[in-house]
Amino acid sequence: MKKVFILEDLDCAHCAALIEEEVGKLTGVSKSTVALLTQKLTVEVEDDKAAGLLGQVKKIVKKYEPDVEVLEK
Amino acid sequence: MTRKLKKRLYKILIGAVLFAVAMWMDHACKVNFPNLLLYLAAYGVIGGDVVKKAVRNIAGGQIFDENFLMLIATVGAFLVGEYHEAVVVMLFYQVGEWFQSYAVGRSRKSIRELMDIRPDFARVLREGGENTVEPEEVKAGECILVRPGERIPLDGTVLEGSSSLDTKALTGESLPRDVMKGSEVISGCINGQGMLMIQVTKEFSQSTVSKILELVENAASQKAVTERFISRFARYYTPVVVILAVILAVLPPLIITLASAIQLLPPEADAAPGMWLYRALTFLVISCPCALVISVPLSFFGGLGGAGKAGILIKGSNFLEILSGADTIVCDKTGTLTKGNFAVTKTVAVGQNMSEEKLLLLSAYAECYSNHPIAVALREACKTPVDPDRVAQVEELPGYGVRAVLKNDGWEVALGDIWDGAAGTVPEILVGNETLMTQQGVAVEPGDSAGTVCHVAAGTQGGTADKVYLGYIVIEDQIKEEAAAAIEEWKAEGIKRIVMLTGDREEAAKEVAQKLGISEYRARLLPDQKVEAMEKLLEETEGKLIFVGDGMNDAPVLARVDIGIAMGGLGCDAAIEAADIVIMNDRLSKIAQALRISRKTLVIVKENIVFAIGVKVAVLGLAALGMASMWAAVFADVGVAFLAILNAMRAMHVSEGKKKG
Repeated sequence: MKKVFILEDLDCAHCAALIEEEVGKLTGVSKSTVALLTQKLTVEVEDDKAAGLLGQVKKIVKKYEPDVEVLEK
Repeated sequence: MTRKLKKRLYKILIGAVLFAVAMWMDHACKVNFPNLLLYLAAYGVIGGDVVKKAVRNIAGGQIFDENFLMLIATVGAFLVGEYHEAVVVMLFYQVGEWFQSYAVGRSRKSIRELMDIRPDFARVLREGGENTVEPEEVKAGECILVRPGERIPLDGTVLEGSSSLDTKALTGESLPRDVMKGSEVISGCINGQGMLMIQVTKEFSQSTVSKILELVENAASQKAVTERFISRFARYYTPVVVILAVILAVLPPLIITLASAIQLLPPEADAAPGMWLYRALTFLVISCPCALVISVPLSFFGGLGGAGKAGILIKGSNFLEILSGADTIVCDKTGTLTKGNFAVTKTVAVGQNMSEEKLLLLSAYAECYSNHPIAVALREACKTPVDPDRVAQVEELPGYGVRAVLKNDGWEVALGDIWDGAAGTVPEILVGNETLMTQQGVAVEPGDSAGTVCHVAAGTQGGTADKVYLGYIVIEDQIKEEAAAAIEEWKAEGIKRIVMLTGDREEAAKEVAQKLGISEYRARLLPDQKVEAMEKLLEETEGKLIFVGDGMNDAPVLARVDIGIAMGGLGCDAAIEAADIVIMNDRLSKIAQALRISRKTLVIVKENIVFAIGVKVAVLGLAALGMASMWAAVFADVGVAFLAILNAMRAMHVSEGKKKG
């Protein structure tokens, strides 16, 4: 399934790329895209892995950009 | 400005003041120790965040992090005694980063404003009164009120009132669209003078506005090849520069020392490790690929936003990129180059008593019960209103035409000497193709070969004599008025080959092609043959191939081409789903505009790549030779990023007409 997260206040292109890469490596995730300009993270994830995704994404985002707020859409 | 940005700005300002004080102290009283403290304080205020991030990221195992590299560069500068430089570099770096964030925020905002079609509220009629609610809360079937000047929040049908709608926000053109009771209205349009009561047909999430907004937002996720290249480049750029910096710091002093040891150089040659270290630190300052990483997607996004404002919805940066390399356009005929509605183009009356008006009147009566496009066209062409009560009996002959028996009701005026109006007799009219006429023993005049030819014959029902031939009417699909000009524009934009595909007859295809200056066409194509024809064309095409259709039955073709463009997306969900690019209105010239936007965007992207890489490589070279200070390096880093962002914003501005000159 497709999950969309809003990365509020994200404005570092470099970090966006790193977040995209690392989210893409999570188990069950087949595709991850960060659109810096719409501040959105779009993830293709297996249905049974979707529940825990938000926590994992928050952790990754926190690592690169601690000021960015992750919201589920 | 967000709170975060403001906070950063204050830090920069306070730091700058501290730095100025330190400089003045330095100048005034030449005492080193307390000044170092002041410099460190300024550094801490300005660069504290950088230090914090660097430490955290190192803990997370990230070595080539820009924060860490800035930290090394500036701490290194402190160690070689360049306090002044260390603070300035950090200051510039932070000012640059701040401007970058600010500019990106502004761009994001202005691009969003371009597509500002989201309705803020809906006035729904509930419990006998008018309630103002969020558009999301209104259900299908409910009634809403839209006052003059307000945005229509949801798709629906007009129950009461009439007005004209401004569709500019959706189509990029301020052509008013008149609506009245029974009209379908589309969310996102601005209501004109009249108040409208609308029955909602689609919930907000399914309405046109939501679909368009979703499409635009998602477009940024479909990355172009250039964008991916930049991400890959960025991944290697930083490590390579850092490795070069290490080599620069270690190798030259080592070589000089060794060379003087084995007496290749005089023994007094200075290895000057401090100088090489400074040069290496300068390298680190330029090691972030920010300018590229930020400006390339921003340029694409600007292009997408600008196109959206012009009523051209592009589903991703990748399509913008492919579009710029297009050299072939294949298009459908009916509904794309032509209006898709049939109209009478020629009426030829035969016989002394027959006139064009009479011929149209008779055929309109004969076809008065039919919904066939040809029947509709005949009725529209007839200026006198048709009264179906005057028709006694109609027999449709599929594939041939229609036979109608009229009531004995004053027809002698129209039919003259064919039918005398005698009691007990009624006229019979035949409208149809040549085959029908031949079957009935009527000799016809050879009709105009393009378009559909309808022959008309009449006689007395049950009469023994042959029917009398009255003439023929030619019905054609009309070419869009702007089609010829638009095709000229396509050619001017570098489209080398234009091919028209149609299921229509050879003659009809030939005429349209000739009128529009299209040299190639394929006629009489069944749907699967269209796909075959397309595959052959794809093989022959060197550049990229665009297919233009109305988006309705084109799915198999759209799936195979490089880019599928659907015309007339406004009010047609199927087209929005199926195509890569949707032109919201019917104008073919929008395709030329889309080509211009794509090429402009790609030029800007290339400018930014060449400019950013060029300046960085140049400054790296100068730094290695000792001709560029850290100041120049900071400029190469953040200044270039800032200029590239400004350049990227040009992609957003879309000119309406042709290029001048």
